[in-house]
Amino acid sequence: MSTATLHPSQESAATRVVQTLLRSRELAIVIVLALILVVATSRRSSFVFSADGWRDTLLAPSILLLLAVGQMVVVVTRNVDLSVGSTLGITAYATGKIFVANPETSVVVVFVAGLAIGAVVGALNGLLVTVFKVPALVITLGTMYVLRGALTHEVGSDRMTAGDYPAHFEKLGTQQVLTIPVLTIIALVVVGLVGYYLHTARGGRELYAIGSDPDAADLYGLPSGRRVFGAFVLCGALAGLAGVFSAARYATAFSGTGSGIELQAVAAVVIGGVAIFGGSGTVWGAAIGAFLLITINRALPILGISEFWQGAVVGALIIGSIVLDRVLSVRRTNKLVEARDHA
Amino acid sequence: MSTLTKEPTPAAAAPARTYPSYSRNLLARLLVNREAAVILGLVAVYLYALGNVPFFDGPLTMYNLSKEYAPILLMALPMTLIIITGEIDLSVASTLGASAAITGVLVVEHDLSVPVAALVAIGVGALLGALNGFFVAYVGLPSLAVTIGSLALYRGLAEGLIQDKRIAGFPEGWQDWPTERIGDSQYPNIVIPIAVLIVLFALLLHFTSFGRGVFEIGLSDEAAHFSGVNVARTKLLLFTLSGAVAALAGVYVALKANSVANDTGNGFELKVIAGVLLGGVSIFGGRGALHGVVAGVLLIAVLNSALQLDGQGSEVIQIIIGLLLVGSVIASNFLPRIRALLPRRAVAPSATTKTPATGDATRKVSQ
Repeated sequence: MSTATLHPSQESAATRVVQTLLRSRELAIVIVLALILVVATSRRSSFVFSADGWRDTLLAPSILLLLAVGQMVVVVTRNVDLSVGSTLGITAYATGKIFVANPETSVVVVFVAGLAIGAVVGALNGLLVTVFKVPALVITLGTMYVLRGALTHEVGSDRMTAGDYPAHFEKLGTQQVLTIPVLTIIALVVVGLVGYYLHTARGGRELYAIGSDPDAADLYGLPSGRRVFGAFVLCGALAGLAGVFSAARYATAFSGTGSGIELQAVAAVVIGGVAIFGGSGTVWGAAIGAFLLITINRALPILGISEFWQGAVVGALIIGSIVLDRVLSVRRTNKLVEARDHA
Repeated sequence: MSTLTKEPTPAAAAPARTYPSYSRNLLARLLVNREAAVILGLVAVYLYALGNVPFFDGPLTMYNLSKEYAPILLMALPMTLIIITGEIDLSVASTLGASAAITGVLVVEHDLSVPVAALVAIGVGALLGALNGFFVAYVGLPSLAVTIGSLALYRGLAEGLIQDKRIAGFPEGWQDWPTERIGDSQYPNIVIPIAVLIVLFALLLHFTSFGRGVFEIGLSDEAAHFSGVNVARTKLLLFTLSGAVAALAGVYVALKANSVANDTGNGFELKVIAGVLLGGVSIFGGRGALHGVVAGVLLIAVLNSALQLDGQGSEVIQIIIGLLLVGSVIASNFLPRIRALLPRRAVAPSATTKTPATGDATRKVSQ
């Protein structure tokens, strides 16, 4: 390649930031999200402008936020983790078990336990994927089955109810700081940390490199196995944390807790503009995708669409955003080819 | 990789025998492969269950087993072809649900006759499949992402159509046909169309140029394209077939249960994929055989009913299916690499070390 295609930008840093923002895929989702919020609120002002509405708008996406961030980190390496729903179910139930054994347990201990259990599951997935070099889709489909079956075997028709979780834990589910729910704050902190890591840190950039071309990454000498393993551990740990969140928010856990949520997590990531091939997308995008998905579900009944059509709307959204990504990437490639030819 | 067909084609039997498949004699090629291993496993489990599980030899066992696993086996047939091309269709169970819902609404609420409703449902199923195929083949999107989307979309159609009602009360006669026994045998009528379809799909995959194209696409999209295979049309056709067969399964499920709910067939796609992969089809594409898949699905079915009769809950079956899935993929990808390290007669070592690229080769980079 000639060096002529790349010049240092002549524009100021501020202009560049604004331009990147305006061109970003994330902005498009934010606009859609804002539109939905505005329309739903104009139909029913309590959708956002009431104590409960405000809290729900922020609180409802917190669990999916965590899952979407974890899933994004795995997807960007050209893998996928379908076992997060089962992991969530396991930690939600385990949280109950811990509190039944000792109702005085500190919330911090439960959080750490959730993260640890999830990390173990993630490590198992990561090991299978990196050591045996088999597609993550199949491995995590299998572990999803195995873990859900094990949970059902252990729990049976038993169910953790509000009585099993102590008051100080349940309060966490609705507690607010400056009207912002605590769970959402924690989730946003996670989004910030992981997003910053992926955007700036060497390890984060290597995840992108591995995802955009695994063979090239290997040849270049990147520690692919270790990085992918790490991505799975992080995804598992966040799914574990999401399980604790789920227990705190709904104060219940049974054998079916979290089943099917893995598809929502993948959907949030895809809607957020993360390429399912890996190698591109941002954590912020995935987070906004999660917000959008949950908000649409809440807004549909207000917009006069029966709640039974929600699934169809979500499916259409997923396909729509993949098509959009494809169109954008084709245009980008054509532009680059043109730039090269004229250079 | 190893044995793709049982019949050596003239080109492959040419004097230069460096292709690993032909480094072994005919008997070894027929008996030492994944399909044979699955069939052996099936026979072993069946015989063990006959001897040790109470009531397994009873008259109801095979009847119930065929009845329950008919839709899985049906959907596994086109799925085999799709996975051999290196793609995947996660939306089959949702298509089944949508088709069952359409059948239910048309027959029970609009008083259409069952055959007409079934034809409409199968037509719609083919359309839904063709939509997947269009996105995959002509827009160039990864099938994994598209069919995760259509999994939600088609299930959403079923939910939107019948909401939280339970549609029941299909007309007498039609409702019973699929589950009536054939004469005095242990098998329900649905076995007949399944047997016909198995033969048709086996012919299509193993004895036509279309089928050779399917394998070629799985080994390399581009090479297939340059050797004259119409890659896009083949994929479109396969996804359409998948939709139509899933819809047929949907009609059957509706009639069998005599009721339709919005979660009819939920989660079936996992059993279908587990059966196909267990049957020796490579998730990387390019390798597999239909008799292996039939054995794979039957193995799951026999395990299921043996465990049930043994008093185990459905979750144990879930665990076992999961372990089988993981185990079979690891075995199919890991064992060849170990075998490649072992000495092998009359084959240059460079010819045997072909292993799939690392990473997720199921998602093809579109041209």
